Amino acid sequence: MKTILTGNHAVAYAVKLSRVKVVSAYPITPQTTIVEKIAEMIAKGEMDAEFVNVESEHSALSVVYGSALAGLRSFTATSSHGLLYMYEMCWWVSNSRLPLVMAVVTRTIGPPWNIHTDHTDLMTLRDSGWIIAMAENAQEALDLTIQSFKISESLNLPFAVGLDAFVVSHTAEVVDVPDQETVDEFLPERKQAYRVDPNDVFAVGNIADNLETMRIRREMALDMEKAKGVIDEVGREFGEIFGRRYGLVEEYMVDDAEYIVVMTGAWSGDAKEAVDILRERGIQIGLLKLRYIRPFPREVIERLDDRKILVVDRSFSMGHRGTLGIEVGNVVDCKNVVAGLCGVDVGFEDFKEMFERFVRGELGEVEWWI
Amino acid sequence: MVDLRCVLLPGNPSCQGCPHAIGLKALSVLENPIVVVPAGCTTIIAGFNPKQSIDLPVVHVPFASAPAVACGLSKAYDNVVVWMGDGATDIGFSTLSGSAVRNDNILVVVSDNEAYMNTGIQMSGTTFWKAKTTTTPAGKREEKKDLALIMLMHRIPYVATASVGYMRDFVRKVKKASKIKGFKFIHLHSPCPPGWRFDSSKTVEVARMAVKSGAWILWEYDGSFRITGMSRMFRDKSKRIPLTEYLRVQGRFKGLTEEDVRTIEERIDEVWKLLDVLENTINKA
Amino acid sequence: MEWLKTLISRPSKGVSGKTGYWRTFKPIYDRDKCVLCYECYVYCPENCVEIVEKVVKIDYDFCKGCGICSEVCPANAIEMVKED
Repeated sequence: MKTILTGNHAVAYAVKLSRVKVVSAYPITPQTTIVEKIAEMIAKGEMDAEFVNVESEHSALSVVYGSALAGLRSFTATSSHGLLYMYEMCWWVSNSRLPLVMAVVTRTIGPPWNIHTDHTDLMTLRDSGWIIAMAENAQEALDLTIQSFKISESLNLPFAVGLDAFVVSHTAEVVDVPDQETVDEFLPERKQAYRVDPNDVFAVGNIADNLETMRIRREMALDMEKAKGVIDEVGREFGEIFGRRYGLVEEYMVDDAEYIVVMTGAWSGDAKEAVDILRERGIQIGLLKLRYIRPFPREVIERLDDRKILVVDRSFSMGHRGTLGIEVGNVVDCKNVVAGLCGVDVGFEDFKEMFERFVRGELGEVEWWI
Repeated sequence: MVDLRCVLLPGNPSCQGCPHAIGLKALSVLENPIVVVPAGCTTIIAGFNPKQSIDLPVVHVPFASAPAVACGLSKAYDNVVVWMGDGATDIGFSTLSGSAVRNDNILVVVSDNEAYMNTGIQMSGTTFWKAKTTTTPAGKREEKKDLALIMLMHRIPYVATASVGYMRDFVRKVKKASKIKGFKFIHLHSPCPPGWRFDSSKTVEVARMAVKSGAWILWEYDGSFRITGMSRMFRDKSKRIPLTEYLRVQGRFKGLTEEDVRTIEERIDEVWKLLDVLENTINKA
Repeated sequence: MEWLKTLISRPSKGVSGKTGYWRTFKPIYDRDKCVLCYECYVYCPENCVEIVEKVVKIDYDFCKGCGICSEVCPANAIEMVKED
């Protein structure tokens, strides 16, 4: 059913449709309206779940960690400083191999205080074992959230759905909200590798041998590789049932492109417009949108090593270069532009100029678009 | 009391005379509990993979998170109990408070050995006045917070103090708490032989001396506030043993001056006065 | 899912081995003095005191020799004796 929803509300509806049982979150702009919507739906009896009010993000993730351990499908949401405040728990959750979903509305980290988008906060999860996806718009935010439960529970890895602050979270767009029956068809009941139960006497997380612990980290790494196949398969299945296909990446005019721009997030939409304009002028340019940061779509990028590649980053790794610039640069040669940090607006006009300069070979190795 | 099921299996890593090992027995009166254990001595006492020494389901959690994780578990199960130390009530103070404000259906037992013992005896918020720890080598200058009274102010259905020196009183309180819905809090006094510097055979004696000197007061609140057990007798200061007797037996108070002892006594007198007011005021009878 | 074995642990006695070897002093029980008050049973930190048919039984495999049983006994029925 098509309706008008902000990205945040789209996530809230996806959480309801996914039959989540426990939601706990602490308010932080610009995530707050996700959980406010959920609290409202629960209070109205539209959603059969419990909303737990907590006094911090660290506790928010702790509460859903507990409910997820007990076998209840659970969800939380945060941004920026909130994510950093629960950071310790993020690693505890992934190392526990617990299926769990969290929405991260990407927001700049201070000081100075800044509530607008960049991807720095989401990128801090890169090493943790969380699967990380990034939505381009409200529809993707909804679709990825529904898929996240299935993917997370298949792999026993937690899943973070990213969406840009305000640009996606608070912008109302036309969204096709699926009906409950179809979602139930796609998303079965929760499963997880182990569940805490008063009748099953065991301890979770005792001190363990160093070598054994390293072995299970390696197993996690291997499962992250398996995740690539699972993500593409679930994305394909989603496409068959709901008519919108997903996967690790979205390839926009990539096949015959001589020049390829790699990026993630909301601004991919504006970048696609710039790609269209350059194509009209006969430039063979395409866009590879990374839907997933983790697992990193290495194989997809490897296949493009014969093209000229530009990576546009909305986050920077201080002391090195743009985050995705480092990651993609590890696989193929590429130029790196750092833009839109701290909420600086980058529209299709900017991208037009940026891509033209890229095609003309006028970009340095790393350029800050200021 | 004669049927305390063994919760902590023998041959575990706890020190000789460990108060947690004594206190944990009280959990045997709970029906099918799940125990949440944040970082602390009990993390180690719980053993090493693939074995664990606690004969109950245990969830190990990060230091500050225990009451919140217990809250999450309580959405599926009754009888979730947090077994944590005083350290966790410092770093996880907001977590503890938030959980109480929500009136989460959990039991929180703080087994308080008055320092961050697991990391080697550093000062905590509940470390006794003037006590020596590795971070207060000249004696604690900082204040001591009264955890149980703070929790009382959260308006939860059950708050109590207890001591490993008086197990009957503690077990009765755990049993009582387990029958109440909502947030229950028990502050358990747990003298630590290596941390407080006394012989491992004296754990129970030191715990009893704390109560007999009036330094540790046994009370409970279940709608009405009352002093309980042995502490009822020690409302009368003349019936108490001298505070110095309690202090002298512990190496952590070596070098305490008479003035120090007087300052401590003043603090203790203040608490007794306050508890007296509470007993006379919060009385549903 | 090999990792499950490292994350999950199951209850066992003797996690630190037969901790009886920690002892310097050994509790020796005198049945004649015993009044069956159960204090040693209640306060033994190691849970290695059992009362079997009105007699105290100490599991010396695990007894760490802390001496609490001796201290709490009101009848002086347990004495701590130095072990060789």
